Amino acid sequence: MKENKPTDAVLVSAYIQGDETALSTLIVRHKQRIYSFIYSKVYDRDVTEDIFQDTFIKVIKTLKKGAYNEEGKFLPWVMRIAHNLVIDFFRKNNRMPKFENKDDFNIFSVLSDSSLNAEKSLIKGQVEEDVRKLIEELPDDQKEVLMMRIYKEMSFKDISEQTGVSINTALGRMRYALINLRKVIEKHNIILTN
Amino acid sequence: MQKLYSKNSHSGQVNKKMVPKDETIRFLLDYSKALSVIDYNKLKFEALLN
Repeated sequence: MKENKPTDAVLVSAYIQGDETALSTLIVRHKQRIYSFIYSKVYDRDVTEDIFQDTFIKVIKTLKKGAYNEEGKFLPWVMRIAHNLVIDFFRKNNRMPKFENKDDFNIFSVLSDSSLNAEKSLIKGQVEEDVRKLIEELPDDQKEVLMMRIYKEMSFKDISEQTGVSINTALGRMRYALINLRKVIEKHNIILTN
Repeated sequence: MQKLYSKNSHSGQVNKKMVPKDETIRFLLDYSKALSVIDYNKLKFEALLN
């Protein structure tokens, strides 16, 4: 035997009269269709949940204010509210600055990943090791100045104070250190590029 | 096997069994109970009694 269910119109008027369970029945009756409808537009569970909630908040307010007129049917009316809220959602999202790549300008030509990939960091490590080996071949006085300047980032003033030579001598040792390194690199065709 | 880099179209993916969370419905019912509209000289005021 088929159960006699109250129509939406009966439930709506019962709810307006203060019967809160009527709203519960209405929501349970239509939740699936409304929820699926919203999800079919936005494809996001959280957004769907939000819009579903906002839809019924609007329904509740309208019904409680007595602003609802039973001209159309309840479900199409709720669907229309949901539809409008979906449109609002997309409008709001479009107002958010969104960057799209055009033919004449690509954002990725400006933004780049400065971190090295695995291969490049491997090469960098090898190059640095080679340079250290070359430095070891330099005469001690030149090596000392170069290590202080490049690896310890000391000023020539500090270097001269620490090594007990004049600034000019320290500068000269640095210059010869670099010249000697270049000579060795050229002589042995060492490639020190990444 | 070749990789597919295209996205599947959404059509037909909407599960008909999708329903809102229970807490959403509970919130709506509680909201409904808490909301009262006060009618005063053709003006309507909303009051949330919580």
